[in-house]
Amino acid sequence: MFEPVLLRNIDLPDGHLLSSYEAGGGYEALAKVLREHTPDEVVELVKQSNLRGRGGAGFPTGMKWSFVPKQSEKPKYLCCNADEGEPGTFKDRIIMERDPHQLIEGLAVSGYAIGAETAYVYVRGEYVTAIRRLEQAIAEARDAGYLGRRVLGSDLNFDVHIHCGAGAYICGEETAMLESLEGRRAQPRLKPPFPAVAGLYASPTVINNVETLACVPHIVARGASWFRGIGPDKSPGPKLYCVSGQVRRPGLYELPMGIALRELVEEHAGGPLPGRKVQAVIPGGVSAPVIPETGLEVGMDFDSLAAVGSMLGSAGVIVVDDTTCMVKVATRIVEFFHHESCGKCTPCREGLNWAVKVLRRIEAGQGTAGDLEQLEMLCKGIFGNTFCALGDGAAMGLRAALEHFRDEFVAHIEERRCPFH
Amino acid sequence: MTMREEIEAAAARYPSRRSAIMPALLIAQKEHGHLPGAVLEEVADILGVERIWVYELATFYTLFHTEPVGRFHLQLCDNVSCMLCGAEDLLRYLEAVLGTEKGETTPDGLFTLSTVECLGACEVAPVMQVGDDYHGNLDIARLEALLESLRAMAGQAVSAEPAPQPSAGE
Repeated sequence: MFEPVLLRNIDLPDGHLLSSYEAGGGYEALAKVLREHTPDEVVELVKQSNLRGRGGAGFPTGMKWSFVPKQSEKPKYLCCNADEGEPGTFKDRIIMERDPHQLIEGLAVSGYAIGAETAYVYVRGEYVTAIRRLEQAIAEARDAGYLGRRVLGSDLNFDVHIHCGAGAYICGEETAMLESLEGRRAQPRLKPPFPAVAGLYASPTVINNVETLACVPHIVARGASWFRGIGPDKSPGPKLYCVSGQVRRPGLYELPMGIALRELVEEHAGGPLPGRKVQAVIPGGVSAPVIPETGLEVGMDFDSLAAVGSMLGSAGVIVVDDTTCMVKVATRIVEFFHHESCGKCTPCREGLNWAVKVLRRIEAGQGTAGDLEQLEMLCKGIFGNTFCALGDGAAMGLRAALEHFRDEFVAHIEERRCPFH
Repeated sequence: MTMREEIEAAAARYPSRRSAIMPALLIAQKEHGHLPGAVLEEVADILGVERIWVYELATFYTLFHTEPVGRFHLQLCDNVSCMLCGAEDLLRYLEAVLGTEKGETTPDGLFTLSTVECLGACEVAPVMQVGDDYHGNLDIARLEALLESLRAMAGQAVSAEPAPQPSAGE
């Protein structure tokens, strides 16, 4: 059995309190770093670990940190993306609610590494319990000297502030999140410049996901080679998988990166509900292209999923069984992206509007012969033609549904009804 | 703390007053229940920022309400995981029992019914947020019990006030 790393405190009754965190060796990694390592050594350690961002894109964390200019006249910022909005994803909420100090220690070590004195944690506004727990934990950490001026008696000054989101999926896109932090509507920025050079308030900024930051103290404590020894070498580490949908045991599972999707769904999450069969699985939140049941041998890591045309994304694993209409699922996903489109780019704003209309009429049994080509044309028009990845995610997901479940789409059009109703 | 003091405390966390508009709107909404034009102007004045900056955020982000909402805001997730676990049936039930469609408020002002995008609690789908609280693993029976407890809570709140005594007219 895999010994939990990120979830080791999750079942403690008072896991969110400093006393529980300290009892399990909490903040020893921060003390060790301040005592034994220069900031550059911490960056190098994280590079050596091959830690890749857990927010969705899988960018190497140490490399991202190394893009921050060493000398900067402006202050540097660390931002934590806790605007967890990818449908099917709930891992960051559980870390913040039940083990917030793990995130705070990750922030402090990472802030030291990149030379930031201020961190903002952008938490989605709906996560009221997570916000309260995090506020309480920040106050405890300040009182104990883990945050604030001269952290643990060292030269490090570092503090953490919470910024509450207010309901916009697009804030998960890092430059939209920066716009939102600066008090603007959350619309993505053109890159370059990249945030590492000119991010928050045009200052050098690193943006990391909650789970990514939570990995950092463990890498410090146990070493880069320990981390690389878990799962595939190029995409290693302990990983949180959020399993939901039509499955016996939905929940948050911590397992090695690279575990087979079939093992995750059938063994850990108990497989489909009684009398049903798995039809398809969305492996990484609704931005990740759907995988038909026959493809479940794929490994749950960045490279293996990319190789089969999908992605690990946020590891929000949504199981769809054989009683469910895939046209309906695809429609609901595209409706979501249409609703959350920030409106900046025409292909996303208008293309998704069209796609929703076409999908709804197919699902209602009013589709016409040219509708599938129309949808493919729309995907082509959106993909690669927008500022950010929201439109790409919608187009990739829709394309995969059209490819793998074409028979269901065709049946809707030919029978002039939804075969599932 | 007064609303102004709370907003000033939030603004101290940022190098720019504009960054404090979102936290200020959350504070103001908690105070007033929703964000009518006069409140938006007050927020702009406290922060010393352009009114249009405040207005554009209040209308961009879905958690800000420029129109009044009911005492209890029922926010039912109907995104994929919740849909797969029966959220549509729950929506139909709520619309029938409240006599209102999604996006509307009951005539007594008690409930506003909305569907929302993923609440990030899919392990207990289907999920509904009411105020600050998440309610998961919902089915019709649990919804019934939840509505009953909310109504009871509203009733208690009313009866906690001294009940208006009918004039005896003697």
